[in-house]
Amino acid sequence: MINTLAANSLSDAFDGLSVPLYGQLSSGDALVVAAIIHAVLVFHVFALCPFFLIWLERKGSGRIQDRLGPTRVGGRFGWLQSLADGIKLIQKEDLCPPVADAMLFRSAPYIVCLASFAAFVVLPFSHNWVAVSADCGLFILLSILSLEVFGIIMAGYSSGSKWSLFGGMREAAQMVSYEIPLAICALIPIVSAGSLNLGEIGDMQGGHLGNWFLFHDPFTFVAFFVFFVVLTAGCKRAPFDLAEAESELVGGFHTEYSGMRWSFFFMGEYASMFALCGVAAILFLGGWHTGIPGVDGLLQEWRLKGAESPEFSPLGYLANVIGAGVFVSKAAFGVFVQIWLRWTLPRLRIDQVMITCLKYFVPISCFLFLGATVWPLMWMFATDDGLTSAPFRSPLGNRATHAVSEGTKESSSTPQSSAPAEAPEDNSEAESAATGENTAMAEPITVGMNFSEVRQ
Amino acid sequence: MSLFFTIFALAACLGAVAVVISQSVVRMAFWLIVSLGSVAGLFFLADADFIGAAQLLIYVGGTLVLLVFGIMLTASGPYMKIPASPGETVVAGLIGVMFLSMVFSTLPASKEWKQSPNYIAETVTPEFADSSEGNTLRPLGFALLGVRPDVGQDGAGYLLPFEIASVHLLVVLIGAAYLARAKRRQDNA
Repeated sequence: MINTLAANSLSDAFDGLSVPLYGQLSSGDALVVAAIIHAVLVFHVFALCPFFLIWLERKGSGRIQDRLGPTRVGGRFGWLQSLADGIKLIQKEDLCPPVADAMLFRSAPYIVCLASFAAFVVLPFSHNWVAVSADCGLFILLSILSLEVFGIIMAGYSSGSKWSLFGGMREAAQMVSYEIPLAICALIPIVSAGSLNLGEIGDMQGGHLGNWFLFHDPFTFVAFFVFFVVLTAGCKRAPFDLAEAESELVGGFHTEYSGMRWSFFFMGEYASMFALCGVAAILFLGGWHTGIPGVDGLLQEWRLKGAESPEFSPLGYLANVIGAGVFVSKAAFGVFVQIWLRWTLPRLRIDQVMITCLKYFVPISCFLFLGATVWPLMWMFATDDGLTSAPFRSPLGNRATHAVSEGTKESSSTPQSSAPAEAPEDNSEAESAATGENTAMAEPITVGMNFSEVRQ
Repeated sequence: MSLFFTIFALAACLGAVAVVISQSVVRMAFWLIVSLGSVAGLFFLADADFIGAAQLLIYVGGTLVLLVFGIMLTASGPYMKIPASPGETVVAGLIGVMFLSMVFSTLPASKEWKQSPNYIAETVTPEFADSSEGNTLRPLGFALLGVRPDVGQDGAGYLLPFEIASVHLLVVLIGAAYLARAKRRQDNA
């Protein structure tokens, strides 16, 4: 994985560029430096997310309840409220109840924090801005985030309190059920994308609004809303926050926790909210693309210029910074909607939560998945070459070979967002040819060629 | 590379030993996370990212959560313990040592372990040489669909095992649903 890290992100980015220190370090040292830079950057994103989002939650809940929310710390809007919270929490005594299983009780918050931190490692923030660009990035991200549940269950079990135990049991039952529709809904845009690499999925949706997978077909459109509700339940947010239902369970799984250990749970919760909303933004909402044709085309041109020039190009970098800003705003907006829901809707009962999942979301997501697989076949036309659906959408197998023929014809020309179906492949193809980075981008194409050969 | 290998390998082994030594079931589950998570880390180090993620999702996120959930539902006391009697310890220790010696005696005899470190990268066809960089997903997906471009036209895929496994899972799902329904009907009557 370390090789992957260096190969796919940093050394590719530095390849042939004039960067200070480049060439002075041996490859082993460069790997270590690259790993440290990535780790520090990702850690800061992970730490600043809850910092901002907790302030947003307090402010939002205040406004929704006709209060002002935090107003004093750090100026007019109470910007630094989270910092004040943090200082207060650090000063508190680190309690462990005598009946608790001390080892499990103390280690549970770290598991929660670690899991949601590790999810950021495969989350891309802009084109090629990702710590580890893995081919099955989405799968890794979902599997890492599923570890978070275990920390919460362990916290509930090891506290030695019945409220905590109930909270832990509810969380376990809820998560075991909600992971199924979450995974199925995440697969629906994958059927259209043909890749699990989050970076590739984001790059495919450039051009204009119609290229977002949200508007790809009716099934993905519905799937986005199902995914968002399931994701809210997956982060155990209201109205699905039965694990910490304070009206009936005191504090649920975190009843016995205090101080920093208590806050670790919430750092993990807010960070994983952000990570999952980021996944929703990449899968359905165009990732780091604005969706406005002129702006997206301009940014794409800047990126191409940056990729072509051997020197470090400020324009290409600026395009990526804007992309990261767009992505972060989309994800933060998703979190804001979750906050809005939390302070608007009443909490469900546990049986209602389970029924919503098992009787409604699982069948709905299965139906949507089936529909998304069948959809491309509805637009098949018989031509001399065989079946095609070229005017509308191309099914998975054809898409890669299509991209190859398109790419060889006009690999050097600058891509313009023309036809909705062709624009994304066109962009990525021309770009990968220009960057010379054939590891991630060109592989689906070779696979596609092989596949068609084998089929004949 | 070797530093991370040492860390993960040590964590996997020590976690496994701690699973055997500890007597509280949930602590065992915790140490099992450490052990299985480190094995997933070893898979990531070996550039097998799909199997590493699958290990995390299935064993840690699925099996262990179900295990602890089962304990929470069924245990009568606050912390369930399974103490081992001295006789059991001796017998289990003997069997463990026998297996360990068997593994140690067979490992050096195995041919593949003496191949060069780039054995996998050298044997696959050039189009799939990238699989050495941790991008194993597409070859795996095609192999499960019955196409093996990495070994050429003649290679057989795994479509039949894949279908058998999926039908098996469907049967299990229907069986579980049937059991749950039958139980509820008895309660009502």
